[in-house]
Amino acid sequence: MFKTFAKAIQSLSVALLMGLPMASSAQQMSDNASIVVENPWARSSLGTSRPGGAYLTVLNEGSDPISLIGLRAEISGMASIHETRTNSDGVSSMAPADDIMIPAGGMIALEPGGYHAMLMQLQSPLVEGETFSLTLLFSDGTELEITVPVLGIGARGPEG
Amino acid sequence: MMSVAKIAAIGAAAVFAALFVGWWQVDGPGADPAPGKRPMPLSSMDFSLTDQDGRDVGPETLIGEPSLVFFGFTYCPDVCPTTLSDISGWLDELGPDAEDLNTVFITVDPDRDTVETMAEYVSYFHPQIQGWTGSPDQIAAIADGFRATYEKVEGGDGSYSMNHTAGVFLFDATGRFVSIIDYHEPREFAVPKIRRAMQNRTEGAEP
Repeated sequence: MFKTFAKAIQSLSVALLMGLPMASSAQQMSDNASIVVENPWARSSLGTSRPGGAYLTVLNEGSDPISLIGLRAEISGMASIHETRTNSDGVSSMAPADDIMIPAGGMIALEPGGYHAMLMQLQSPLVEGETFSLTLLFSDGTELEITVPVLGIGARGPEG
Repeated sequence: MMSVAKIAAIGAAAVFAALFVGWWQVDGPGADPAPGKRPMPLSSMDFSLTDQDGRDVGPETLIGEPSLVFFGFTYCPDVCPTTLSDISGWLDELGPDAEDLNTVFITVDPDRDTVETMAEYVSYFHPQIQGWTGSPDQIAAIADGFRATYEKVEGGDGSYSMNHTAGVFLFDATGRFVSIIDYHEPREFAVPKIRRAMQNRTEGAEP
């Protein structure tokens, strides 16, 4: 009885330990820890002629509102935030997004069908299993460089 | 004995309920597309395209099995891969039944989406998904039959994108339009819609 209990505790702590590095790789934050980026991911690209798309969640843990004003990435000659809109006739269009304000304690999600990081003029293909670095630019001058894992073209979310 | 006021209140409530149901079905979320916007039956359409293996395809390719049809383009970074991933998920859930369903991705950007491009692109999704392209005239013909719209949008630097109807069209085995699965509709709504369209098949199969 006690043995089973001890075993359960043991496997639980192993699970917790294993969970830790996963959590830290899914979460990347600015030096002062006020901006946290979670679950970044991108779809692999067909070569370099098509724009790539990447997604992530930004949390504002600071006490002031902040805006995400742009992107920079070595892998892309032109990285920007775009927004997909679908009108009442079911027609989808895509346009560069304005600055996105994140209230203090709030978050914004770049996710399929809404905001996305649009990576035009790819300098090299986005290859499944690899990562690339993406810098998020904020209104207070913060530049947060994050690592984005590349998933398959058919990925539906950060889990694949 | 009910008071006049009570009867009037019930009467008014009934009228409002009827109006609401009417609005829901005619203009509201329960509405079918307006008559002019409802896709034609596949049997009344006339188009000739090429599939990912270079074969000629037309309305007759689809009639006989229920069909899921989606318009898009391979340079699309968000909506198209997301929809094709969603469709792949629906097909996974249908399991072996998915083999009885035509599932076709049709490009609205034939200038860039050649047969080879479509073949490579669809190969990354569920094996049941086909990719069709064709001449600009024939793409226009099929889009017209589906009452789908698309439009080229120039970027500043010589690049361009396409606005396009993003819903997934569902037809039964006789080629009759059944419904549209909206962009990003959750799987728990999409899969039963597909299953219903597939049931029409057995009902409509009698001579």
